[in-house]
Amino acid sequence: MAEPAPAASAIDVTGLSCGYDGNIVLQDVTFSVPRGEIFFVIGGSGCGKSTLLRNLIGLHQPLAGQVRFHGRSFTDADLATRRSLLKTFGVLYQGGALWTSLTLRQNVALPLEEHTDLSPREVAELSCLKLAQVGLTGFEDYYPAEISGGMKKRAGFARALALDPSIVFLDEPSAGLDPVTSRKLDELVMQVRDTFGTTLVIVSHELASIFGIADRVIMLDREAKGIIAEGAPRELAEQSRDPRVTEFLHRGDKLHA
Amino acid sequence: MSDPVQTARAEATLEGDALTVALAGDWSITRPRPAWAGVLAGRTPKRVNLRDSGLGQWDSSVLLFLFEVQQWARITGAYADTKALPAKVHALLGQMSTSHETSVPFDRSKNFIEDVGEATLDMGRKMRKFASFLGECTLGAARLVKRPRKFRWADCLDEMQQCGAMALPIVSLISFLIGVTLAYTGAIVLRQYGGDIYVADLIGLSMVREMGALMTGVVLAGRTGAAFAATLGNMKANEEIDALETLGLSAVDFLVLPRLLALGVMMPLLAMYANALGIVGGMAVSMTVLKIPPTAYWVEMLTIVDLSDLLVGTIKAVTFGLIIGLCGCLRGIEADRSAAGVGRAATSAVVTAILLIIVADAIFAVAFDILGL
Repeated sequence: MAEPAPAASAIDVTGLSCGYDGNIVLQDVTFSVPRGEIFFVIGGSGCGKSTLLRNLIGLHQPLAGQVRFHGRSFTDADLATRRSLLKTFGVLYQGGALWTSLTLRQNVALPLEEHTDLSPREVAELSCLKLAQVGLTGFEDYYPAEISGGMKKRAGFARALALDPSIVFLDEPSAGLDPVTSRKLDELVMQVRDTFGTTLVIVSHELASIFGIADRVIMLDREAKGIIAEGAPRELAEQSRDPRVTEFLHRGDKLHA
Repeated sequence: MSDPVQTARAEATLEGDALTVALAGDWSITRPRPAWAGVLAGRTPKRVNLRDSGLGQWDSSVLLFLFEVQQWARITGAYADTKALPAKVHALLGQMSTSHETSVPFDRSKNFIEDVGEATLDMGRKMRKFASFLGECTLGAARLVKRPRKFRWADCLDEMQQCGAMALPIVSLISFLIGVTLAYTGAIVLRQYGGDIYVADLIGLSMVREMGALMTGVVLAGRTGAAFAATLGNMKANEEIDALETLGLSAVDFLVLPRLLALGVMMPLLAMYANALGIVGGMAVSMTVLKIPPTAYWVEMLTIVDLSDLLVGTIKAVTFGLIIGLCGCLRGIEADRSAAGVGRAATSAVVTAILLIIVADAIFAVAFDILGL
C-alpha cells in the first residue's frame, strides 16, 4: 500500500473498524487520500461502502480507529474542532437530500448563511453561481419536489460545494442517472478538482465513472471486511490477480471498450 | 498539517487615472476579506487593473470581491481589467456574471381572486375525492365479505394491537380524570339541593352516552389517526402505494380496510373501557369527597343507565372509529410526496377527524332525540 506523507493528505484513515449493533462490517481499514485526488471507494453491494462513508463524515462513531482531515483528528475531536472540521467538507447524499421546504437557491444559501458573514446579496449571488455551475440556471426558485432526480442530485452537489470545501464526499452520485447526465456530473467533479484543488471521495460502483475520472480506488469486500485492492483503476484491471477485483472491473471494461 | 493561513489582502496604488489592485493572501468565504469600498477609499479611478501578487488558496470569496468591483465599474462607467488574473479566476468570474444576468426570479405570486377560485375548486375536488374514497372503501368491504380469506388479517390484528391495547394507558388516565372532573362539577350544583347522590346518575349517563366515546375518539384521532396518515404518507412518498397499484392490488383493500376494521372493532371496546374508568373516577370522588358509599353510587347509577344508553354510546364509538380511520387513511394516501407533505397529512388527519367527530356527535344527539333513544 502506498503511504503518502501525512502533510500532503487530505484524509488519513488508520485502523478504522465500523459496524452496527455489534455486527462488524469493516475491520482495521487504513488508507490515505492525498489533496486534490479523485478517490473512489468501490465494491459490490453490501460491502460497507456507505458504512465507511458514514463513519468518515461523522454520522456514525467508529468502533475503533482514527479519521483525520488535513492531519487533524476528527474522531476524537472536541465539539469546537469538530464544527470547524465539518465546515471543511461537503457531502452529496444518494438522493440529493435537499430540504424539501426550501427552494434550490435557499438550499444552497443555508450553509452560507449559517457559516459565513456574507451579506444576503452576496449569498444570493453565490448560490446562483453554484447552481449555474451544476447547470441549474433558471431553476433557482423551484422546490425539490418540482425537479427531476438528476437535477436534485446536481442541486445537492451545488449545496455540497456551497462553502467551497476542501473535501467533498459523494455517495453514489451516478445512481439513477442517465449516462449523459452521469457523464456531466463526472465532468463537473473534474472541473471542481481542477479549479479549486478539491479532494473528492466518491462511493460508487459505476464503472464508467471509475475508469473515467478516478485517480485511485480502494475496493472493499464483504467477506474480507476490508480493503482487498488499492490503486489506479486501469492498473488494477490489468494487473490484479485477485479474481474478485478483476471480475468487478473487467465486466465494465469490456462494456466500456 | 495545514499551512499557516495568510490574511486576504487587496492593496491599491493609484497611478494617474488607473488604480492597480494587487490581490494576495488566502481568500476563504468563511474568513473576513477586504471590502471593495475600503480598497477604493473614496477614490474615483477611470480604470482598475486587477493583479495577482501572491494569491494563495482562494475560493468563491475572491469571486465575490471581483464581482463587486465589476458591478461598481458598470455603475460608474469605469473599466475593470481582470485579464491579468489567473485564468481559472477569470473563467469563474465570467460564469458568475452570466448566472447573475440569466437568473430571473420565479414569480409565484397570485392575485386574491385567483386564490379564492382555486381554493373553491380545491374544496370541490377534496369533497369528490372523499366521496369516491368512501365508495371505494364500501366496495372493498363488500369484497371482504365475499372473499374473507383474501383479507389481510395479520395486518388487521397488528393494527388492533397498536390502536387498541397500546392505547389503554392513555385512555385509562384520561377517562378516569374525566370522571373525577364531572363528579366535582356536578357536585357544585347538586349539593345545593341536597341531591349529592345524583352525581352517580350524571356521571353514569354522561360517560356512557357521551364522554366515553367522545374522549376515546379524540385520543385515538391524535394517536392513531395521525399515525395512519404518517405511515401511508411515507409509503406514498416511497412509491410503495404505486407499487401496489401497478401490481393490480387495491391500496384500499391492502392498507385501508385492515386499519378501518381494526379501529371499528377496537373503538367500541375502548369506549366501554373508558365508560367504566370514568364511572370509577366519579365513584372515587363521591366516596372521598361527597361521602357516598360505592354501593349506593352503583345502585343509583343503575336506576338511570340502561342498555339503550350503552347502545347509543357504542353506535357513536363505532362511527367515530370509522371517521378516524377514514380521515387518517385518506389524508395519508393523498399526501404530497415530501417530508413536509407527510407532516401536513398527519395534522390534517387529526383536525378533520376531530371536526367530523364533533359534527357527527351533534347529528347523533338530534337523531337519538327524535328516535327517543
